[in-house]
Amino acid sequence: MLQYIIKRLLLLPFLLFIFSVIAFILIQAPPGDFLTSYMAELSASGSSVDRAQIEALRELYGLDQPMYIQYLKWVGRLLQWDLGVSLDFQRPNTELIGERLLLTVLLGAFTFAFTWIMAIPIGILSATRQYSFFDYFFTVFNYIGVATPTFMTALVLMWLAFKYYGISVTGLFSSEYVDAPWSWGRVVDLLKHMWLPMVILGMDGTARLARVMRANLLDELKKPYMEMARAKGMSEFKLVMKYPVRLAINPLVSTIGWYFPLLFSGSVIVATVMNLPTIGPMLLRSLISQDMFLAGSIILIYMFLAIIGTLISDILLVWLDPRIRMEES
Amino acid sequence: MTAGHESKSPLSGPDADRLAVEELSGALIGLAKDAEAIYVAPNWKLVWWRFKKHRLAVFSGFILIFIIIIALFPDFFSTQDPQESSATGSFIPVQGVHFFDEDGFVPFVYGVEGQRNPVSRRMEWQIDETKKIPVQFFAAGYSYKLLGLIPTDIHLLGVAEDSAGAIHLLGTDRLGRDQWSRLMHGTRVSLSIGLVAVIFSIFFGILLGGISGYYGGVIDLVIQRLIEILQSLPPIPIWMALTAALPRDWSVEQTYFAITIILSLIGWTTLGREVRGRFLALREEDFVVAAQLAGCSQMRVIFRHMVPAFTSHIIATSTLAVPVMIINETFLSFLGLGLRPPAISWGVLLQEAQNLQSIALAPWLLLPGLAVIITVLALNILGDGLRDAADPYS
Repeated sequence: MLQYIIKRLLLLPFLLFIFSVIAFILIQAPPGDFLTSYMAELSASGSSVDRAQIEALRELYGLDQPMYIQYLKWVGRLLQWDLGVSLDFQRPNTELIGERLLLTVLLGAFTFAFTWIMAIPIGILSATRQYSFFDYFFTVFNYIGVATPTFMTALVLMWLAFKYYGISVTGLFSSEYVDAPWSWGRVVDLLKHMWLPMVILGMDGTARLARVMRANLLDELKKPYMEMARAKGMSEFKLVMKYPVRLAINPLVSTIGWYFPLLFSGSVIVATVMNLPTIGPMLLRSLISQDMFLAGSIILIYMFLAIIGTLISDILLVWLDPRIRMEES
Repeated sequence: MTAGHESKSPLSGPDADRLAVEELSGALIGLAKDAEAIYVAPNWKLVWWRFKKHRLAVFSGFILIFIIIIALFPDFFSTQDPQESSATGSFIPVQGVHFFDEDGFVPFVYGVEGQRNPVSRRMEWQIDETKKIPVQFFAAGYSYKLLGLIPTDIHLLGVAEDSAGAIHLLGTDRLGRDQWSRLMHGTRVSLSIGLVAVIFSIFFGILLGGISGYYGGVIDLVIQRLIEILQSLPPIPIWMALTAALPRDWSVEQTYFAITIILSLIGWTTLGREVRGRFLALREEDFVVAAQLAGCSQMRVIFRHMVPAFTSHIIATSTLAVPVMIINETFLSFLGLGLRPPAISWGVLLQEAQNLQSIALAPWLLLPGLAVIITVLALNILGDGLRDAADPYS
């Protein structure tokens, strides 16, 4: 098992290399370079443009040199934890992202936990009571959940909350806690605000996962060992929970690999609509103002979060499923 | 026994037995004929028979045909020019059409009375039940060209020519543009963007998936890793960055095609996997080996023998890919990164409802979202039905 994990970890630098290339291409995609926009920004705000400073920046980014040198310089700075300076905010990108990263990851983790806690019982109930009212209800729910864009759900719920309760459910903190330092009260306040984005973001995933769980479990329930255990007089509840459910969860673990990228991807839109202090709305803002080093850094972070998700799913799978462990060794 | 008694019970006695036997043999012959029909039916016919049994999928098919008709003739279904704005007609709420009043079938809408709020400087509207605006079917309105060819001014719904006032079935937006007419025009763009993006995905998917599955070996390995890497990327941030990089001065058509290509850059992977899997499975089949032994060229083996065997699967998978593309375009345009005004798509329409302030003022701006949900729902159900029917021998 250790061997398998090490093999996976060795793949990581290679993936990071490819992702950094993709991010760099995205940074370079818009016309014009960073310095030109930077100078335009400076002169627009009325600051004087210092020629020596410009030359130093030109040297730092390697703007006169070929693309691959620019890339290498960028990666070199990345490795020193320097993501560049934001044009828009006039602050280092590491700071800007750092402030919001924790909340981004927290929202992702909460949503992930929510989907699993909801999807597995729904899947089990739908499979064991196939074609019941409950099963049909969740089939309909699944179709509608997948067909509704997340921002629609967010907008409708925000509107309902505003219309019937007169409250605005945007953001992750009440106004008195927005800029406050971390305290117990702030954590409680965060949890009070977190559940709605979590439910909205998790709905689509819950629907899909419950569907997978139901299909897996239905396959297992038809197998002869079920008859055998029933013939021996095992109680139905114990029987279902002990054997088929455990087997049906295995394929579900492998869905983490594709669910994580989608989760973070979807959070960009929900966070923008609900004005959450995560890196999603910042990505949108930086793209619109062509603040490309900030945008590229955020995309890199998203890619990194997505690989970590895949890595977790691989490790969990090999831990849960002895068949994979045997195959690998 | 009297004749009357005989006629009362036609199902007893030797005659009835003979009848029953005839009926039975007739049914058997029918069954044999059916079996023969199944036996000789081409693949697509089998798929169609199986698909027909899925009632909900057939129903979704009809809804989609209706939506496609709207996409073909958006002007006919519009009540007003979608770009026509009016400074004094902003945020008019939904006016429902009433079909009956005391006098029977007289379709009409209630008029609206507006005045400017002196504080917020915004128009506020009140439904005026004393004023009835008659509505006509096939009424004359603004002139347009049907399919871009036939000049006409007939619209499905419209106000009678002599009456003052207009109808706004879904209200108006910030600039006083008619939401219903814009929705009709957005249908064309949003639906076709999904279709075009999927056509590009099919092209890349069949090409790369086919190469991967047919040749195997190192090429297969490289393409498989490429698919895995692309699938592990969070798609929306990547799409956002790519669409944000499109030059602002591009025309609507250029942006439109650029977006379809950007969407299919990641979208082809699902199809690529499907095609590869089919190729791998079919490569070992007897009929493919037979074709190769008979001296068919590689191209002929692929296109004459292998591709028809999985066309139904490709169609099913593609149908399921269209709604994903539609939703993604809606996401991008909603964020202001996809299509930009003056282009009209569902995402562009929903952009008007981007924050709480606008939907608190004008909740009807969210209604175009229903069009997205209905279309995506119908496409998903149709796709599921096709997928179940795609393998008629299972």
